[in-house]
Order: sequence, then C-alpha cells, then structure tokens
Amino acid sequence: MQEWFFIGGNVVKINPSEITPEHVYLSRRRFLKGVGAVAAASLVVGACGPQESSPVAVPTAEPGLAYPPLPTPSAASDELGAALTTYEAITNYNNYYEFTTSKEGVAKLAQGFRTSPWEVEVGGLVDKPQVFGLEDLLKFEQEERIYRLRCVEAWSMVIPWVGFPLRRLLEEVAPQSGAQYVRFETLYDPEQMPGQGRSSYSWPYLEGLRLDEAMHDLTLLATGIYGKPLPPQNGAPVRLVVPWKYGFKSIKSIVKIELVEEMPVSFWMDAVPQEYGFYANVNPEVSHPRWSQATERRIGESGRIETLLFNGYDEEVAHLYEGMDLRRWY
Amino acid sequence: MVLGTWWRKNWLRVLVHIGAWVPLSWLVIQYLQGSFVVDPVREMTTYTGKTALILLMLSLACTPISTVTGLKQVLRVRRALGVYSLVYVSVHFAIFVGLDYRFDPGLLVEAIFEQRYVIVGFAAGVILLLLGVTSTRGWQRRLRRNWKRLHRLVYVAGILVVAHFLWLSKDPQEPLRYGALLVGLLLLRLPPIRGAISRLRRRLESRLKRNSERGLGVLAPHR
Repeated sequence: MQEWFFIGGNVVKINPSEITPEHVYLSRRRFLKGVGAVAAASLVVGACGPQESSPVAVPTAEPGLAYPPLPTPSAASDELGAALTTYEAITNYNNYYEFTTSKEGVAKLAQGFRTSPWEVEVGGLVDKPQVFGLEDLLKFEQEERIYRLRCVEAWSMVIPWVGFPLRRLLEEVAPQSGAQYVRFETLYDPEQMPGQGRSSYSWPYLEGLRLDEAMHDLTLLATGIYGKPLPPQNGAPVRLVVPWKYGFKSIKSIVKIELVEEMPVSFWMDAVPQEYGFYANVNPEVSHPRWSQATERRIGESGRIETLLFNGYDEEVAHLYEGMDLRRWY
Repeated sequence: MVLGTWWRKNWLRVLVHIGAWVPLSWLVIQYLQGSFVVDPVREMTTYTGKTALILLMLSLACTPISTVTGLKQVLRVRRALGVYSLVYVSVHFAIFVGLDYRFDPGLLVEAIFEQRYVIVGFAAGVILLLLGVTSTRGWQRRLRRNWKRLHRLVYVAGILVVAHFLWLSKDPQEPLRYGALLVGLLLLRLPPIRGAISRLRRRLESRLKRNSERGLGVLAPHR
C-alpha cells in the first residue's frame, strides 16, 4: 500500500489527499501498542507511585502564550521496553551548536531564548503558502510520542515528545505535484545564539527530508517533552523529530519550511560532505567514516547496547528505502 | 636557610608532583559525589584523555621552554610530566575498556581496530607505555645510545594523540589548536632553530650583564 510514494528511490508524484489511509492505519496501530504499554505501565507505576521519572525543573511557558494542556507520558518505557530517559538528562545534554559545542553548556546559554512571538513560514511549491504562529501550531491536536533518539555520536535517549505529525501541517499548505523534498531552516539570530557568530560553519542550520519521509506518520513536529513546553535547549518552540534518522536530522527552532524540487543540502552535508549524507538513517552496518555505529550508549545506563537498523523503526520505514543501496545513500 | 635553597631548586618539581594528582583527585571526588549526571562515561573519558594530552604537551614543552628561557629547572620535570601523562592514559584506557565496553572482548576488538581514531589512540598509548617503562635510570644505562633514539618516539606519540583527538571530534577547532601547539613545539626543537634561539638568548644575556655591570660602575664612585 505504500508503493505510490516512490519507486526505486525516486519520488513519484503524489496527490496529498491520497496519503491519509496509511497513516490512519499506522497511528491506529501505534495507539493500540500504546494502550498495551499504558496497561502494563499502570501495573508497575501503581505500585511505586506516579512520581516515577518526574521532571526536575519546570520550564515556564512564555508570558502571553497559553499552551494548551499537553499530554503527559502515558508509559515509563518505549514499545521495546526501554525506560524513558530522565527529564533532567534530556534537558541538560544537548547538541545545539547555535549556542555552544559543549553538550552540558547549552542549557545555561539557551535560558532566556525568546520563543514568543514565533512564526514558521511554510511555502515553496505549495498551493496555499502560510505563516503559522506558534499559537496556530498548538491548535493542531498535540499527541504524545515516545521515541528513541540516536545521535550520530553513538549515544541515545528515549524521549516522550509532545507534538503532531508534520504531515498535518503539510496538508494544510497543499504541496504541488512538483514538490519532492522538504527543506527546513532554523532561526538565525547571532545575538541570541552566540555559536552562530563565532564558528566557521555556514549558518543558519538547514535540514531536509524527502517528501515521503516528511509525510510519514512517525515524522513529528514537536512542541514539548514530558508534557511540558519544549525548553530552549531542546529546540523551542518547535522542532522536527525523525526517530529513524540520526539526531542531527531533527532540526530545532524552525522558522521556515519550504517544499522544493531538488534535494536540499543540509548543514552537515555542507560542513563535512565526505562524512554526512542526506539520508542519515540509523544503520549499525554503515559506519561513520571515522567511527563505528554498531553500538550505542543509552544515556543514564551503563555499558553499551546494539544499535538497531532504522533505530528500531524498520517495520514502519524500511519500505521507504526499498531497492536503495544504504551504503551509498548514507 | 637550607630549606630556602632547596625550595628555590625544587619548587617546580614539587608543583608538578602535586599538580599532576589534582585532576585525578577531582575526578574521583566528582565520581563519588555523583556529579557526572548525564553521561559519566563520556565525561570521564574526555576528562582523563584531555588531562593526558595536556601533560604530554607540557612534557614536550620542557625542552623548548628551556631553550628560550635558559632555565635548566624545567628539564628536571620533563620525565615526571611524561610519566603522569601515561598515568592518565592508563585511566582513560581503563574507563574505555571497563566502563564503556564492559570488558566485552568481541566489541572491544572491533572498537579498537575498526575505528581509526581508536587505532591511533591505542598506538599512542602503547608508545607511552613503552617509554614509561624504560624511563628509569636503569633502562637508560642498559639502552645507552639507543635510549635517546627510543625516546624520540614521544614525538610520534604526540602526533598520534592529536590525530586521535581530531578524528573523534565532530568539531575540529579544539584539536586543531592542540595540533598547532604541537607543530610549534616540534619546530622549536629543529637544530637550526634551536641553535639560533640559544645564540640569540646568550647574546641578550651577555648584553644585559654588561649593562648591569656598567650600571654598577656608575654607582661605584658614590661608595
């Protein structure tokens, strides 16, 4: 049922209205999985109190912007049984070079980052280009998604995101038949983001997805974690989450989304072309040119675990890459 | 009086022997306090690795510093700095093997030999171990002229360590700074450069000496 997306690695022209059935099916399946997890978790959590994995610091929402009640984690683990990473770890260990290259230093530097007012311009090859304020984005039904996040540096976390499928936003703007890729852009503001003023990288941060990847139900626009608004260090107020790809694909603090015909050149493809490709799918078999991707360290746990193909989402996404040489399209 | 003389001669050695244990003590205290919250293995690996790198750089800086300043004291801490670097390399390696890879032989063989940054780091460690073991006076006597040849491998270790750092980093800026420092230190050792600096220093020293003697001469009639 997915064949209409592309054949042999090429995107086939699709009509956005044709896409829905697969995702309804997928989200239903995830919902059913979720129900099982909730039932199991309530047995466990019931015994030791609801404060399991309770967050440490509570970020205050920007004044003037009322976040709707965001769904709080419904389970203590992901569908594979891996425990959620703590809120403290998720919000104090960030790769966000716009602030600093020190993972422990981002949280402090990002405090006070202005996330309101915030606008996301969605345009390019679409019939109905629009500018969405953060309040508009929050009107999309916000749901909880527990995803594994695997960094290209071989560490990982399990994060209870809050957000909505990117597909819903893209459907609003009605992509034209020529649109094959989606290009994302982070805010450029060196005054607020000191890292943008200092280093030799070419800012702003850019990322891209193939349209069928962007329309996949797993692809999320996240607005929160642990039932709270996204803190600045995690990419507030809105970021992408593509759980089967290395973390750097999940671009933060998005201000622009553009539908384009050509494959966009991402920030890391531009910075180190021989090391980072467009796809960046998690794959234990395909090493980074300088290090192995076979294992990873799960933050908060000791020792190493084996990295899974497509970060454990192969059932959901493997069909997107059927017939493609994943070594070549790294 | 005696203590004063001893202190003037040995203060740098005392400083090095105390100073070199400070990072390790700090690491142990932080670990026991549970201060490494998010990713203790990475933090401790990075911390011990960087300390080893800095100590190795300091050890390599001794000869150039002595060339430029003429201070002979500096040469007397060169070996200690090198051996302390080896101590931190050993802790670094122990964390990698024990805490990170949990002594899993299969994973370790792959981790060491299939990632070029680990291969070069491992090679640097082997060299430093060899040099550490043969750093005693006994080995110096036994190896005679070969001892000096063997210990020139420290330059190779320095280059490998910088390559290790460069290849493991996503952002090359910091390792490149260490690389530039290393190149500078190695250049200062090249015989022509070293000789020129020594001659320049001696000329400056003797001019200063003459000037101060002349100064005394001016003062002399007043006595």
